[in-house]
Amino acid sequence: MGRYVIRRLLQMVPVFIGTTFLIFVMVYALGDPVAAMFGDRAPDPATAAQIRHDLYLDHSLPAQYVHYMGQIFTGDFGKAATGQPVTELMGSAFPVTIRLTLVAFAFEAVIGIGLGLLAGLRRGRFADSGVLAFTLLVVSIPTFVTAYLLQYFVGVKWGLASPAVADGAPFGDLILPGVVLAGVSLAYVARLTRTSVAENSRADYLRTAVAKGLPKRRVVTVHLLRNSLIPVVTFLGTDLGALMGGAVVTERIFNIHGVGWQLYQGILRQNPPTVVGFVTILVIVFLAANLLVDLLYAVLDPRIRYV
Amino acid sequence: MSDMYDTQSLVNAAGGAPGGLPVQEPHGPGEPAKPSPDGAREKPRSLWNDAWHDLSRKPMFYVSGLLILFLIVISIWPGLIASASPLACDLAKSQDGPTSGHPFGFDQQGCDVYTRVVHGARASVSVGLFATAGVTVLGSVLGGLAGYFGGWWDAILSRISDIFFGIPILLGGVVFLSVVKGGNVTTVSIFMILLGWPQIARIARGAVITAKQQDYVQAARALGAGNARMLLRHIAPNALAPIIVVATIALGTYISLEATLSFLGVGLKPPAVSWGIDISQASSQIRNAPHMLLWPAGALSVTVLAFIMLGDAVRDALDPKLR
Amino acid sequence: MTVIDQTAGAPAPGTTTAPLLEVRDLHVEFHTRDGVAKAVNGVNYSVNAGETLAVLGESGSGKSVTAQAIMGILDMPPGRIPRGEILFQGRDMLKMSAEERRKLRGRKIAMIFQDALSSLNPVLSVGYQLGEMFRAHQGLSRKAAKAKAIELMDRVRIPAAKERVNDYPHQFSGGMRQRIMIAMALALEPDLIIADEPTTALDVTVQAQVMDLLAELQQEFTMGLILITHDLGVVADVADKIAVMYAGRIVEDAPVHEIYKRPAHPYTKGLLQSIPRLDQKGQELYAIKGLPPNLLRIPSGCAFNPRCPMAQDICRTEVPVLHTVGDRRGSACHFWKETLGE
Repeated sequence: MGRYVIRRLLQMVPVFIGTTFLIFVMVYALGDPVAAMFGDRAPDPATAAQIRHDLYLDHSLPAQYVHYMGQIFTGDFGKAATGQPVTELMGSAFPVTIRLTLVAFAFEAVIGIGLGLLAGLRRGRFADSGVLAFTLLVVSIPTFVTAYLLQYFVGVKWGLASPAVADGAPFGDLILPGVVLAGVSLAYVARLTRTSVAENSRADYLRTAVAKGLPKRRVVTVHLLRNSLIPVVTFLGTDLGALMGGAVVTERIFNIHGVGWQLYQGILRQNPPTVVGFVTILVIVFLAANLLVDLLYAVLDPRIRYV
Repeated sequence: MSDMYDTQSLVNAAGGAPGGLPVQEPHGPGEPAKPSPDGAREKPRSLWNDAWHDLSRKPMFYVSGLLILFLIVISIWPGLIASASPLACDLAKSQDGPTSGHPFGFDQQGCDVYTRVVHGARASVSVGLFATAGVTVLGSVLGGLAGYFGGWWDAILSRISDIFFGIPILLGGVVFLSVVKGGNVTTVSIFMILLGWPQIARIARGAVITAKQQDYVQAARALGAGNARMLLRHIAPNALAPIIVVATIALGTYISLEATLSFLGVGLKPPAVSWGIDISQASSQIRNAPHMLLWPAGALSVTVLAFIMLGDAVRDALDPKLR
Repeated sequence: MTVIDQTAGAPAPGTTTAPLLEVRDLHVEFHTRDGVAKAVNGVNYSVNAGETLAVLGESGSGKSVTAQAIMGILDMPPGRIPRGEILFQGRDMLKMSAEERRKLRGRKIAMIFQDALSSLNPVLSVGYQLGEMFRAHQGLSRKAAKAKAIELMDRVRIPAAKERVNDYPHQFSGGMRQRIMIAMALALEPDLIIADEPTTALDVTVQAQVMDLLAELQQEFTMGLILITHDLGVVADVADKIAVMYAGRIVEDAPVHEIYKRPAHPYTKGLLQSIPRLDQKGQELYAIKGLPPNLLRIPSGCAFNPRCPMAQDICRTEVPVLHTVGDRRGSACHFWKETLGE
């Protein structure tokens, strides 16, 4: 197990470097951060050169990347457009987004698996068709449309949930944004669960379980569900990282000052330290989630334990 | 999908009989092999014939197919059903409700919502088609070669696609497009191809590896078939089905992604006509004039739905094991 | 205890006359999108305690479907049993409630499947899967069940049972896995075991070991055994009687040695001739021509007629009944006399 973890960690190093470098290149090489600082005014060439030198921009791209990463590992993420250190923004943004992600994740896991089981166990019946139609609809309506519709109808018109999120993002206010953020993933989880249950219920070992005379409850819970949920659990794990990164739209519409909101501001103001800093953290979260999933997989499925 | 070409297993899977009932075309030597007037029916059904047989009985296929056909026609000739210009606006009519000749009312700038909804189809459909075509070609070539040749080429490609998977597509889009500036159909499509190909590459790689291990492919190799012949004649037809399925569904999500990027202000930009832009502009007025948002949002959702429904139907037809 | 019982000296009421299991006129059909596939069309057979019945046939002959109907593990729908009776110890199982049938499964009737790797749950240890029998049927604790599981593994001669009880199915060899399947079937000492091609997936040397083990345990517990196979070689050593199936019907049944000496049905004869024999070295091997019938469109008359070398006009129009052709022998062939007498 220990060697497995170490190997996986080592495999992640090139992915981490590649991903952050890609973002770094996009932000630094394609855009001109100095020009962005001055907006529409053309900067004085001498000043611009000085700023370039201060920001290490007069070096080659790989050198800039190494320099930047070196700073990050000493805890210096640079300064945002407002002059605040990026780390300060992170300190306020991450707790908010983590809370939002948890709410969304709870909806995704509970409702997604619930609907998937309902459909998978009653394959071909009304409940199954209903779940399929519902998930089709949820996947088809873009998140920002769902967000506005729910905000308008549920939040404003019917007053069932808070349409806006107060400062500090209390859990109660995050229900509506949580549902919106979970939406598409929830539909995927439901479909994945359904397919997995349907496939496993045709498996030979399930026939064996019935032939052993086990009570139906035991056949379903011990044999069918345990096996069917393995791919679902792994999807949920990888999705945890995706949810945090995917909150750009939701946080903008509900005006939640989390990671997505800060990132969006950083992009609009073309502030590289904010963008690259936040993305770097998100990539780490994403990779960590993947590692967790790999370990979880090994625990749930003995067949890959010794690979 | 190892035995997708095996009609026998297709029929058995459809029947769902345990143990597998042999349901074969009767070709007993006892009965004279008389030539049938309907030659096609006597041939064992191939995967594609079988898939078509299955699709042709699905209402979902016809509904989504007709919708998509309609969308394509109005993206090429929007004037067919909306002759006015989407940019001819009259500020005096700002936010007005529906009147005769203007069934969807007017938006913030006083433009006719109906005309803009019809003309908005072009952006969505072209981005969707361009992006999907590019992703499919690039992804299947890179993934297919990696799966076929294996070795270091495969290892490098797997690492590279890992890197692309590490970037959430929406986040990457916002960064890339805000840096490139000038968001238009071309740049948005190029971005989607750049970030989307690993998805198809993975599918293609897996499918090719599966196909490569088939006995008849091994046999063709033993008989001295060259690489080009192996790939085109024996492996490509087998690997095609899963790629088509994923690509059709991806088309829907690309359309949704284009609208989202335009909504965030980094995709298409005015004066381009796009549902995403219109929804973004209508969003601040949702309490006063919900019609401005509902019509383009509805059109967008129905379009995405049509492509995803088509993808669903095609998948069910091509992969009977999922039924 | 009844009067009859005392005079007969039998262990349970009725066993002197009624067989352990009797299948009467069983029909099974599957509703597919291409039509109704008639998998079993009026099968009759019986097994006594301690007796081995071999059911022989090609894939699709209905031998496995019949077994699944007896076990009550058919997928319904698409499966359906329009007619027939399955009497177990004198009671029709098709008329029992689902719960009654469940309690018979595993406890009174057990089944051994062909492919042990896919038939065992890949994510549960073999100890858990064996112990489950005792936990579900006898309410034993987890610990007691595991002790029983080790005992069972010892009984089917799995080396180092104590150490291996927590291993998973994929960690065992094919032969060992099939032993685990046998142990599972034997767990509650059932009265009847149905073995569906128990050795087909195994190496030839391992086949013999597993077959011997099964036969030995059957003798030890005086169980009835239904052995489903397409392998005539396996049958000769262990079976008492044979039922040959074709297109969902029994075409010939007989005590095992009779059938090898003098088959009474052209199909059985074809099967026997297609076994390679040393004294025929150098000659071309016989093969039954044609393919098994399509169950959606079974040929009229005798289902075997398109492939039969002896077929006449009557074979294409009239379904042959199972003629009595000797002591405890039957053949569903219009020309059984000619077949026998040749």
